Amino acid sequence: MRIDVMKTYKLFINGQFPRSESGRVYEITDSKGKFLANPAHGSRKDLRDSVVAARAAQPAWSKATAYNRGQILYRVAEIMEGRSEQFIAELIAQEGLNPSAAKKQVEQAIDTWVWYAGWTDKISAISGSTNPVAGPYYNFTIPEALGVVAIFADGKPSLLNLVNGLAPVIASGNSAILLAHEKYPLSAITLSEVLATSDLPAGVINIITGKTAELVSWTGSHMDIDGIDASGLSSKQLREVKELGSENLKRIHSFDSKRSPLRITSFMESKTVWHPVGI
Amino acid sequence: MNNFEYAQAPESTAIVDIKSEYGLFINGKFVAPKSGKRFETINPATQEVLAKVAYANELDVNLAVSAARNAFTKTWSKMPAAERGKYLFRIARILQERAREFAILETLDNGKPIRESRDTDIPLAAAHFFYHAGWADKLEHAGVGNNPKPYGVAGQIIPWNFPMLMLAWKIAPALATGNTVVLKPAETTPLTALLFAEVCQQADLPAGVVNIVTGDGTTGSFIVNHPGIDKIAFTGSTGVGKAIAKAVAGTKKSVTLELGGKAANIVYEDAPIDEAVEGIVNGIFFNQGHVCCAGSRLLVQENIQDELIEKLKRRMSLIRVGNPLDKNTDLGAINSASQLARIKEIADSGDLEGAQRWSPACNLPTKGFWYPPTIFTGVSQSHRVAKEEIFGPVLSVLTFRTPAEAIEKANNTQYGLSAGVWTDKGSKILWTAQRLRAGVIWANTFNKFDPTSPFGGYKESGWGREGGRHGLAGYLKAGN
Repeated sequence: MRIDVMKTYKLFINGQFPRSESGRVYEITDSKGKFLANPAHGSRKDLRDSVVAARAAQPAWSKATAYNRGQILYRVAEIMEGRSEQFIAELIAQEGLNPSAAKKQVEQAIDTWVWYAGWTDKISAISGSTNPVAGPYYNFTIPEALGVVAIFADGKPSLLNLVNGLAPVIASGNSAILLAHEKYPLSAITLSEVLATSDLPAGVINIITGKTAELVSWTGSHMDIDGIDASGLSSKQLREVKELGSENLKRIHSFDSKRSPLRITSFMESKTVWHPVGI
Repeated sequence: MNNFEYAQAPESTAIVDIKSEYGLFINGKFVAPKSGKRFETINPATQEVLAKVAYANELDVNLAVSAARNAFTKTWSKMPAAERGKYLFRIARILQERAREFAILETLDNGKPIRESRDTDIPLAAAHFFYHAGWADKLEHAGVGNNPKPYGVAGQIIPWNFPMLMLAWKIAPALATGNTVVLKPAETTPLTALLFAEVCQQADLPAGVVNIVTGDGTTGSFIVNHPGIDKIAFTGSTGVGKAIAKAVAGTKKSVTLELGGKAANIVYEDAPIDEAVEGIVNGIFFNQGHVCCAGSRLLVQENIQDELIEKLKRRMSLIRVGNPLDKNTDLGAINSASQLARIKEIADSGDLEGAQRWSPACNLPTKGFWYPPTIFTGVSQSHRVAKEEIFGPVLSVLTFRTPAEAIEKANNTQYGLSAGVWTDKGSKILWTAQRLRAGVIWANTFNKFDPTSPFGGYKESGWGREGGRHGLAGYLKAGN
């Protein structure tokens, strides 16, 4: 009889897979209470490290052509398709889904990457404009990535919600710190293994597992985070993160709709350029 | 002039597998033509026969149109848009994988330098499929209403100057918007389209969604006049474009046309001269000047003419003409004997009408079709070389004194496809761009193409745009 090799679930920071610097882990169980894994219990230092990585990676990522970013998002879908079985198994364990529901969720998650891959080179044509100002000026508005965005992953459907949060944020050229859902961290870590082999530059996506209550206050008060997708937070946690985030006027949004170009533009700035017209 | 010695760097043709004979690609399979006829396609750089391709007659076109109709009704229009998009993503990725093979085949059949087919034509073709793949399930954002609908079967006829790129410009938006396609590549450059048919097979594209019929202008007219065609997209000469517009006048067929051009490339006195020289060379000598948007009329401000022309001649003397498969080659072969004859005929009129011709010394190969890079100075607006599209490596130089005169001369043409502006002053770029009656304006650059950027002409340069959000409109009926 062969004994399974069990996976150690670690963090994903700057393209690497460290354990929490704190040495802490927490236990998660499957839907029947059976032991599943000891994912890292991320610390404030881990969060800070990922913000540093995200900040460093962001300029080059947003300067990459939209076509290039689109191909990388599509590459994520390609690699994820090949790992479907692992995601399905984890969803069955984490969420207690039957195999066909788990398979469907994985397919939806992959298709969501593809959907946002198609947006990278179209969002500015949809949300940008040329403005007919009353004067001899050429005037146009272009959307630009915000910077570093933290994402509190929403719960069930846990894998799909990871992609719903991540894909629109990075499509436009932001870098991201994904704060995995406390109960469903396995899909997030397995996703990081896909991201690490998808031509995505190190630091563009960083993933922290841990206790949401702690992460809310550390993330909300971190002065080098520009925006937060708070879709995974309770109303009490949302209020806390908004109060803390007011210190540097973080852009904080929660989303009901799963897929929308608004999820992209919510974490973009608009820049208007004036230029005179004349000989 | 000293001949600068260099090592030839010919691209190997080993990875290209050209069959001796090709059928038509109808309903997902290569089939023998009902016409029973085949014609030869040659390498214009050597005049060697590359392959025999099928000649599609009316019966063959009928079969292709009914395959496309069937695929539209039963498969393509019923498929969820996201799944349609996935086929286009697959095609884009396979084109990227097989890019080198396509580039070499394109150069063999067309005569263009491998550097251009490898770095421009094929990567842009793949990019077009990738870009439009993403549109397939986002058409409510295309700007034509909430629920836009495809026309049905698109008949598409493309030219020989950018065979694979023009195929991508046509097929990618048609498929993304839910149309099916009957495409006819140009008579002299059918091979990459036939290789693309293999890509459709590898991508497992449903049978009949893309049909490729090879032939000549008569084959094209069968497509244009077929009652089962809902939309016609044509790239080619203005003469044929007008004939198509007339032929479909009494029908409900929707038509987009990308036709000829005689682009002005305006160089103001405050232009960055060295960059302008590079841009002029790229504007007219890219792809042997077989470019509808080529900067074929240089409009230079009078006081910098001497300096500019001297630098231009020096730069032209460095253009390497010859074997298109050599990675060093700048200017390849003229695509066909008939095109070479046309270039000669119009260029010779420049001599007769009193313009001054200049070409650098260059040894043209003895076999194949070749024309040296050429400029005419002292050209006036009434000269044929200033009015007619030469579609070859021949530049006409005119001068102007004021910006207003530059605009006047630039717009003095039946065409309106593109134009170039060279100046260090941003406000002057925008002032000039506002006044030019052309669909694409390049400022301090030239011949730039991108799938996200709409391309197409004013006036007799055509109807509609290709690329970008605007290009989708040509393939969609307005929704509610």
